[in-house]
Amino acid sequence: MKFLFDSDTWQEIYGSIRKNKIRTAITIIGVLWGIFLLVVLLGSARGLENSFNKLFGNFATNSVFVWTQSTDKPFKGFQEGRRFTLTLNDIELLTSEYANEIRLLAPRNQTNNLIIKDFKSGSFNVSGDYPIVDQIQKKQLLYGRFLNENDILSNAKVAVISEDMYKQLFDLDEFPIGQLVKINSINYKVIGVYKPSTSVDFDGDTAYIPFTTFKKVYNTANRVDWMMITAYEGVDIEQMEKDVLLTLKGLHKVHPEDERAFGSVNLGKEIGKVTGFLTGMQFLTWFVGIATLIAGVFAIGNILLITVKERTQEIGIRRALGATPKSIRQQIILESVFLTTIAGMIGIISGASILALIDTFLGAGDDAVLINPTVDIPIIIIAFTTLIVLGTLIGLIPAHMATIVRPIEALREE
Amino acid sequence: MIKIEKLHKSYPIGKDSLHVLKGIDLHIKEGEFVSIMGSSGSGKSTLLNIVGLLDIHDEGNYFLNGQLIKDMNEKKAATLRNKFLGFIFQSFNLISYKTALENVALPLYYKGMNRKQRLEIALEYLDKVGLKDWANHLPNELSGGQKQRVAIARALVTKPKVVLADEPTGALDSTTTDSVMDLLKDINNEGMTVFVITHEEEVAEQTKRIVRLKDGVIISDEYTNAAKSN
Ligand SMILES: Nc1ncnc2c1ncn2[C@@H]1O[C@H](COP(=O)(O)OP(=O)(O)O)[C@@H](O)[C@H]1O
Ligand SMILES: [Mg+2]
Repeated sequence: MKFLFDSDTWQEIYGSIRKNKIRTAITIIGVLWGIFLLVVLLGSARGLENSFNKLFGNFATNSVFVWTQSTDKPFKGFQEGRRFTLTLNDIELLTSEYANEIRLLAPRNQTNNLIIKDFKSGSFNVSGDYPIVDQIQKKQLLYGRFLNENDILSNAKVAVISEDMYKQLFDLDEFPIGQLVKINSINYKVIGVYKPSTSVDFDGDTAYIPFTTFKKVYNTANRVDWMMITAYEGVDIEQMEKDVLLTLKGLHKVHPEDERAFGSVNLGKEIGKVTGFLTGMQFLTWFVGIATLIAGVFAIGNILLITVKERTQEIGIRRALGATPKSIRQQIILESVFLTTIAGMIGIISGASILALIDTFLGAGDDAVLINPTVDIPIIIIAFTTLIVLGTLIGLIPAHMATIVRPIEALREE
Repeated sequence: MIKIEKLHKSYPIGKDSLHVLKGIDLHIKEGEFVSIMGSSGSGKSTLLNIVGLLDIHDEGNYFLNGQLIKDMNEKKAATLRNKFLGFIFQSFNLISYKTALENVALPLYYKGMNRKQRLEIALEYLDKVGLKDWANHLPNELSGGQKQRVAIARALVTKPKVVLADEPTGALDSTTTDSVMDLLKDINNEGMTVFVITHEEEVAEQTKRIVRLKDGVIISDEYTNAAKSN
């Protein structure tokens, strides 16, 4: 190991690196490119993964949304094309029948209304909801609170409005909580302002009022526009969706094979598709990364091979002057390790810079494509050492050859 | 210094083998100045390479400085080359990306000497061959004669016991040939054993002993006038 700290060793390496400028350049570019690509690829994949995670982050992912449309099959004396609605009875029945599967079941009624505040107004969605929607998709509140059980029980005339509504209806810096807004000629007290979700959003820009209040004010009686079902952890959400739909078909005298009567979105399934895509991406990244590394290894090995061939005569001269095989191998190895290390570090630094740039331009804001694209340091270290070790081993073969032949044969090489 | 008994060497050529040295007996004592002559292909270089531990013989005995050379590992051979032998080649064999001074200093590097000391001694030897002012020039900036003088300085820098030269003047014109021969004579006068291959009579005449080789055997071995006048 002493030779590592010998200035002469480095003098020798410096000399041969300077002499072989093209080889040096090719090695550096080869390794640099390999590592650079790996860093950028892995980082981007991570960034993509992060942004997907953010996209579905505040969702209870094992949820199904169900609403009614119109039948596409005649059944039990009913014509095809019949329209019907979900009811509160459905909710009760499902709650008791699927007590072991369903964690949350939230009915919702929805309409579109003009909302007026003093002299300002705008047309918005209005939803009658239960507080549990907050558990299905977490609302980020800027002011106040979300609906609670009390609001439901007392048919309170309260509303949770969106940030957009607040901006449109209120003066700048006006404190919204406790203020009154008029929806369909009825005054509601604002109890909360929420920030619109930056991720997938099924609610849109809506003003939340208690389900019971909605029922009374809009006279919806038993009607339910749609329901959100969240299953317990570990429940097969796709199977549950099928079962629930079948139950509902039975309740509403719909043909069991009717495809159109109920609309539904299974969030678990949708997310599964994306996750599958992500897994594919990751696989691809690794594949490309490893292929790049192998190519890099061969590039280095190849260059060293050419180099050593080129330098066989020089090795012969050195041996005639008293160089031991060990000193020659040491020099060649150190040279390649030195070159690959420098190149690898430049590659890592430039790759990381690109990731930083990506983060700056694509990673910020609500619709960020790649969030926090990073690479695990151990992965890079492993890749890096593999590159150096394999590259050097391959390069060592011709170096070894040049030292086991008789010196005269090395010398004769032109 | 160098003692060779019934030395044989063949080169494999395909399935056959070419018998190049067919039983050489040669004894060179310390301080001798010997030249080997012979037509091209007679095995001169082969003999010198074996003496220089750059190649190995098949049969017979070779003693270098009293030590039997047999089944020697490369590490030991390298050390012996570094310690006892200095080489001068027809084609100079300088390392092209090193300056004259660095080329001369290289054997000292393998001796394990520190850089400062190395360069000091190397400069001394460059001065000896009259190239002190060319110390920082690369080989391709030097003439053939200058290159060979750098190579001689490199061969001498470790103070070897034996200097081996394979047609050192083969690529030089007559004036530079003379200056190279003068250097070799000086070296010999300092007590080093010099062993030189040549096919030029004028060159051989300047050595003290001429060994003639033909078809792999020694046909004559005699002292020259130069030796007798001494
Ligand atoms: N490595 C080798 N392989 C096969 N034949 C060789 C090799 N080196 C030399 N020879 C042959 O051996 C003979 C002697 O060569 P050499 O010793 O170089 O002669 P000289 O130096 O006297 O001209 C020549 O015929 C040459 O072709
Ligand atoms: Mg020859």
